[in-house]
Amino acid sequence: MTTGISKRIYRIQFGLLAPEEVRKMSQVKVITADTYDDDGYPIERGLMDLHMGVIEPGLKCTTCGGKVDECPGHFGHIELAMPVVHVGFIKEVKTFLDSTCKSCGRIKLTDDEIKTYRERMSAYNLSSSDPEVIGIMSKKMTDEAGQRMVCPHCDTQQSKIILDKPTTFREEGIKVTPKEIRERLERIPDDDLVFFGFNHEVARPEWMILTVLPVPPINVRPSITLETGERSEDDLTHKLVDIIRISQRLRESRDNGSPQLIIEDLWDLLQFHVTTYFDNQTAGIPPARHRSGRALKTLVQRLKGKEGRFRSNLSGKRVNFSARTVISPEPFLSINEVGVPEKAARELTVPVIVNIFNLDSVRELVARGPEPRDEFDKYLAGVNYIIRPDGRRVKISTQNAAENAERVEVGWTVERQLNEGDIVLFNRQPSLHRMSMMGHTVRILSGQTFRFNLAVCTPYNADFDGDEMNLHILQKEEARAEARIIMKVQEQIMSPRFGGPIIGGIHDHITSMFLLTHGNPRFTEEETIHIMSYIDVDSLPEPHSENGRKYYHGRDIFSTILPDGLNTKFSSKLCSGAKEKCEYEDDPADKEVFIVDGKMRHGTIDESAIGPFSGEIINKIYRKYGAVETSRFIDRMTRLAVGLISLRGFTTGIMDYDIPENAVSRIEEISLDAIDRINKLIDTYKKGQLQPAPGRSVEETLEIEILSVTGIARDESGKIASSYLGLSNPSVIMARSGARAKMLNISEVAGMVGQQSVRGGRLNRGFYGRTLPHFQIGDIGAEARGFVKSSYKSGLNPLEYFMHSIGGREGLVDTAVRTSRSGYMQRRLINAFEDLKVDEKKQVQDTVGAVIQFKYGEDGVDPTRSENGETVDVDYLAFDTELEVEE
Amino acid sequence: MGKLNVLRHELVPEHHLVKKEDEDKVLKELNIAKDLLPKISRNDPAVKALEDIHGPLEEGRIIRIVRKSPTAGFSIYYRAISGEIFK
Repeated sequence: MTTGISKRIYRIQFGLLAPEEVRKMSQVKVITADTYDDDGYPIERGLMDLHMGVIEPGLKCTTCGGKVDECPGHFGHIELAMPVVHVGFIKEVKTFLDSTCKSCGRIKLTDDEIKTYRERMSAYNLSSSDPEVIGIMSKKMTDEAGQRMVCPHCDTQQSKIILDKPTTFREEGIKVTPKEIRERLERIPDDDLVFFGFNHEVARPEWMILTVLPVPPINVRPSITLETGERSEDDLTHKLVDIIRISQRLRESRDNGSPQLIIEDLWDLLQFHVTTYFDNQTAGIPPARHRSGRALKTLVQRLKGKEGRFRSNLSGKRVNFSARTVISPEPFLSINEVGVPEKAARELTVPVIVNIFNLDSVRELVARGPEPRDEFDKYLAGVNYIIRPDGRRVKISTQNAAENAERVEVGWTVERQLNEGDIVLFNRQPSLHRMSMMGHTVRILSGQTFRFNLAVCTPYNADFDGDEMNLHILQKEEARAEARIIMKVQEQIMSPRFGGPIIGGIHDHITSMFLLTHGNPRFTEEETIHIMSYIDVDSLPEPHSENGRKYYHGRDIFSTILPDGLNTKFSSKLCSGAKEKCEYEDDPADKEVFIVDGKMRHGTIDESAIGPFSGEIINKIYRKYGAVETSRFIDRMTRLAVGLISLRGFTTGIMDYDIPENAVSRIEEISLDAIDRINKLIDTYKKGQLQPAPGRSVEETLEIEILSVTGIARDESGKIASSYLGLSNPSVIMARSGARAKMLNISEVAGMVGQQSVRGGRLNRGFYGRTLPHFQIGDIGAEARGFVKSSYKSGLNPLEYFMHSIGGREGLVDTAVRTSRSGYMQRRLINAFEDLKVDEKKQVQDTVGAVIQFKYGEDGVDPTRSENGETVDVDYLAFDTELEVEE
Repeated sequence: MGKLNVLRHELVPEHHLVKKEDEDKVLKELNIAKDLLPKISRNDPAVKALEDIHGPLEEGRIIRIVRKSPTAGFSIYYRAISGEIFK
């Protein structure tokens, strides 16, 4: 492999392809529209002429004698019967026609002007100056020349030329044929071309009118043979066939002296075919279609857009040594691991270079063949291929394994199947941040899916409703080392986005840890042993006993997974979910988490302790003990959580939302009261007595007032509903611990759904003056504008249901719009930041070395290593050292 | 009405002209060649305002910009005057 710069581009010359140039580089003049004869042999002087290269094995290129893959392909050419305009240069042709005299061909500038402009232009070298500057200057001059209606050189009266899109020019309503255009362009003297920014040596304007068309090599447009033996030609070949056919008919008609009308029709048709050959999406003409009705993919379509050559093939490539399948959860894997199905592991390989130290073991490995298993029928890595020093690959089969094992020598490469412990890259698209691709170590599992620990869902933004993920096997030692040191999941726990952990327990983990620590519940010895059997501990925590029965405290069980020496204190989010005063406000035993020397004294573990984004304990462990200890904590925490919650069981159902009869009627009262107050507001408004709020119209004031009434009604009913649903209720446990949902969702189920809204206001669209035909026109009452007074549990009436669907739809539309827009924004940002780097002095530079920022982020702080953006957490440091001093 | 001085506006960061004899010191401190400095157009209103004070400034003069920064309190940035007119 070559490294470094082998060739430096000295300069690039842009020019037009002269007809003579086309003929010179052509190896064959194509005259027949046919491709192959009945025997399937390329027809001479046809579109598949062997001069233009070979695609069939066995044949040889007539031009260079090369076989398939040796011959690079060669151009041919088609002589067009009549000239046609090149669509890509329409704009330029228009400027030339506008700015030059129709009779003498000079640019329509006076001699004086020419003199001054020439002086100004001579300061710029056409081929070395900024093309943009030249473009601006030339535009100014040509515009000026285009304004003149009398030629300053020959005094000929000029006429306006109109471009009839896409390719027809009209002068005073009469069509100017490409032939005439070409003649006019030919008349322009070389000297006048500078003003158009043209270098006459490489670009004459008449070359923009095509008289001869280059035929691309066959390699560019290979035909494919279907299973049926039928040949299918490339779209470009199809287009070229059309062009040759029409060109021939046109030539015949012209030579036979056919009527002008017929010739013109054919000429237009030829223009259409040549135009679509370049760009099949030219505005103003219907795209050329395949027989099946599919639009043809011609030259421009090959290059342009997301599926084009640049974005699809040059900036993005398909890779080998990768796998993709559905993902599923596996709580018994470490966060650093990924479960790979056997089937995938047998296909994916790691190259092992044979040396004197591993020769014997590699030979043994090769001898195992491609599908080895141990005595317990467990997966063992085999070998798929061995590669000789000359690059030849030998496939290993069960039959030839033993004999090939003997052949392996130092210097050979052996492609070994995936083994447990190999480091691989695991990725979920869209890859929006660096945690979207992380290094995992392999665990070979039975089954068909990739599996990983649930704590890793957050960075990948994965769930298991059918998501698929990609796996990449690293092929070089350097890459593996890098992946182990910087890409492994444990190294990515801290997010550079906010300087806190992005990996942590989710859903059941949080629920379970909450159940384990809230109120410090007691567990019998049997239960404790069951729970703790999920993690690797040697001994149980200190037992307590009462009436001769041994029991254990939940917080003590939790403490076993905390590292020794950990000190921290923080408030759990217990009270943040509660309206008004929380029942635990003054109860530090439940609210304030207090951990000293790895022992949890009191508090409740919830989302703010172990969750992603907030995880206080995870954060503190990472800062004090590093990545390895943190990953061990998360592994054990998630296992412990599963241990408890699978023992205890956890479920919720509609019965959990049952509230007493009198509560239901109170909520009913609240909703009726709200409707009543809304009606009163509307009455005041209709009487014209409503006082507008500052800076608002009366209507806006009314809407705001109504919205606040409905808001209060929903909150009130929610409060009533949740006063009957305490922390023994599973849904409340989930909401209060931060595992899933909010208290609001619970009050929607048990209390009242409340006002539906679109764009922050009450529903008002649909029919004229009303949302549905069930209401009077002009009714702006509560029900007519989407107030839902039922709860999910009691069920919505049809009108309410409809209103609710409208509100729900807004959310869906929003996400759809947001993803596409933010996706494009992200793409632009990525392209802008692509090559920037931070150097040793924390300076941000581009590839040239030009400075973008003198100090990264202006303060030089790596947010990954910051405490939520701050350099140090002073409170914690004080607390930590204080405790250490006490000891 | 007096001419508006953009530098007086609260949203415009402080711009200071670096003395010619101090330029080498600044560049040395940053360990960077002058052409690698970020540029500022000679048409930039801030440059024009500086020209009102110091007289015409030639291409390549260095300007020190002191900005308020949400991360660092304030940050110092340098730009070299460029002859180009940026769009």
